[in-house]
Amino acid sequence: MGDPWIAREISLSPRIVFPHKILPYLLVAPQLAITLVFFYWPAGQALYQSMLRQDPFGLRSRFVWFANFRKVLADPAYLNSIQVTVVFSLATAIVAMGVALLLAVMAEKAVRGKGLYRTLLIWPYAVAPAIAGMLWLFLFNPSIGSLAYLLRSLGIAWDPLLNGTHAMILLVSAAAWKQISYNFLFFVAGLQAVPKTLIEAAAMDGAGETKRFWTIVFPLLAPTTFFLLVVNTVYALFDTFGIVHAVTGGGPGKTTETLVYKVYNDGFVNLILGDSAAQSVILMAIVIALTAIQFRYVERKVHYG
Amino acid sequence: MKFFGFAAGVAATLTLFSTTSAFAVTQISWWHAMTGANAEVVDKISKDFNASQSDYELVPVFKGTYPETLNAGIAAFRAGQAPDILQVFDVGTGVMMAAEGAIKPVAEVMTGAGMTFDKSQYLPGIVGYYSKPDGTMLSFPYNSSSPILYYNKDIFQKAGLDVNSPPKTWNELWEAAKKIKTSGAASCGYTSTWLTWIHLENFAAWNDVSWATQQNGLAGGDVELKINAPIFVNHFQALADLAKDGTFKYGGRTSEAKQIFLAGECGIFTESSGGLGDIVKSGMNYGIGQLPYDTDAKGAPQNTTPGGASLWVFGNKSDEQYKGVAAFFAYLSKTDVQEYLHQKSGYLPVTLAAYEATKKSGFYEKNPGRETPILQMTGKAPTDNSKGVRLPNLPQVRDIQNEELEKMLAGQQTAQQALDNAVTRGNAAIKEALEN
Repeated sequence: MGDPWIAREISLSPRIVFPHKILPYLLVAPQLAITLVFFYWPAGQALYQSMLRQDPFGLRSRFVWFANFRKVLADPAYLNSIQVTVVFSLATAIVAMGVALLLAVMAEKAVRGKGLYRTLLIWPYAVAPAIAGMLWLFLFNPSIGSLAYLLRSLGIAWDPLLNGTHAMILLVSAAAWKQISYNFLFFVAGLQAVPKTLIEAAAMDGAGETKRFWTIVFPLLAPTTFFLLVVNTVYALFDTFGIVHAVTGGGPGKTTETLVYKVYNDGFVNLILGDSAAQSVILMAIVIALTAIQFRYVERKVHYG
Repeated sequence: MKFFGFAAGVAATLTLFSTTSAFAVTQISWWHAMTGANAEVVDKISKDFNASQSDYELVPVFKGTYPETLNAGIAAFRAGQAPDILQVFDVGTGVMMAAEGAIKPVAEVMTGAGMTFDKSQYLPGIVGYYSKPDGTMLSFPYNSSSPILYYNKDIFQKAGLDVNSPPKTWNELWEAAKKIKTSGAASCGYTSTWLTWIHLENFAAWNDVSWATQQNGLAGGDVELKINAPIFVNHFQALADLAKDGTFKYGGRTSEAKQIFLAGECGIFTESSGGLGDIVKSGMNYGIGQLPYDTDAKGAPQNTTPGGASLWVFGNKSDEQYKGVAAFFAYLSKTDVQEYLHQKSGYLPVTLAAYEATKKSGFYEKNPGRETPILQMTGKAPTDNSKGVRLPNLPQVRDIQNEELEKMLAGQQTAQQALDNAVTRGNAAIKEALEN
């Protein structure tokens, strides 16, 4: 998900102009073809499907204009799902970035074995979301999980199967854990770019470690933090289906049904294709809006050192 | 995964060949959702069928879980690439039934191939479930199961309960569960898989009370749920009360609770008869009883309904292919094939002859409990309340019920509120599904 942005950051090289007229188009053609086939065509299909009411087999269908959208937006379950998604995404982004920053700062301070710490902290990124989900599910399974056992012996009635808050905590832990490595990598790189002279000067002026971090290091990390904020939000919004599917399946009740999971559930389990398509079109609009806002407004306020 | 993809590709290619060229052998594709020991049964049956004749070749293809298989079938149909035979789980029955233009009733497939289909040869409870209201057989019951009661004899002994008489009624079960908990024999008294299937659908059938109007949806048309009747409310309030102090422990929406029972946490357990294999494997000192019934119900115990899956035949295939499908179903109905399927997989035999033969062989004496689900299902002729349940959107309605029951078990609402909400939301969803 993050790769195009990395590419953009890196390729700030001088402009190269091709003398040919047709060659550039030819070179771009494969990419365009792929975009057409894998983005515009399915997106168009989704748009068309979102205005249909159809039985699962497609034997009978009616064109209903925006009725599906009206229905979805008036559905309390959908509004609940929006709320769940906001809570989940914010919590995941904050936890994933907070922990990663803390670990990065600590790993920077290590005198010996820096490389080892870094390698070990980056490893979890290689784990597939569904597997990460299963790991956490086993650890916190009320019957057989070792961490659930610990919680119980501490007097906490741990029950993610019935307690929505517990289920959400479990989900956020699994989703954030998976993303910490990635954030860690970028924070380590960001920290190394902070000029040592500034920190040393501040230290000589008597600024403590905490003060130095918040007034010098943290503001200088802003570009990295902003970039990670985009990546983490997008990750939490759209890349966590596997984790939700493996850990809670949207339950208990509907307390962990995110927007993406609801698209799947309505479309592939409940076979209400029109509603599901309408929801995915809304999601598409959300992504476009989010990206536009983040790059138009938030990016301007970030100081790129 | 790669292997399955490959197998699917092979199957697709073979299907293509069979329709375009004049091969002597007609390929019949069968998409199924069986794993583990049950997948071996599918392969063995297919191989034996192919060896038994030379006109048709049956090609079984694994398509994932039950919902995934159903979705694969639907997607393939929409793309004009439907398989000949699709295995669909009980919950998907209504979905398939509503797709009249997409499927061909099994009864028609059989008569079209010049075979007689004698329904009296099959277990009535199962045949009833997979038939239209007018009696036309729609799909072929492949694997059927029914919910039964399992109990841990060691825990029973510790709690001072009689190890040879499992609770027969729900009230007896609540008492036994409390005793297990208070005596400290186990940390929980009772747990159950599939609350919707066992405590709503089968609870209604077994106690001969209505789950929904229109013969629980089997008669079609406008269906309204009836699950907020007092007998359901009392049952679930008792369950919710037991959940408060952990006498009843919730495991999840499907079969997750099996782990809790296998771990020895709970003494009593209700689950599909198809779940026996894992309990046997665990080496637990277990016992089996009938599903408990409610003493407030006059007709109880009536009969339980089948779960599991059946085989559906898609429409718009060639006569040759239908003949092949019919030949396979005839083969599948043979007594020795059914006996093998029943004894190996733990699912019920679908023909009476196979049941009798298994009985005669002394299998049930060696494997007590294997007969319980059959007796439960065939004890009495099914009534309008006990032929099973059918809705065009049963998966969605079950989801709604699960959500409300979870809120109830978490102490956020009473049983009355939970079931009222489930009825209101469920009815709205059914209405909408019928409009589509």
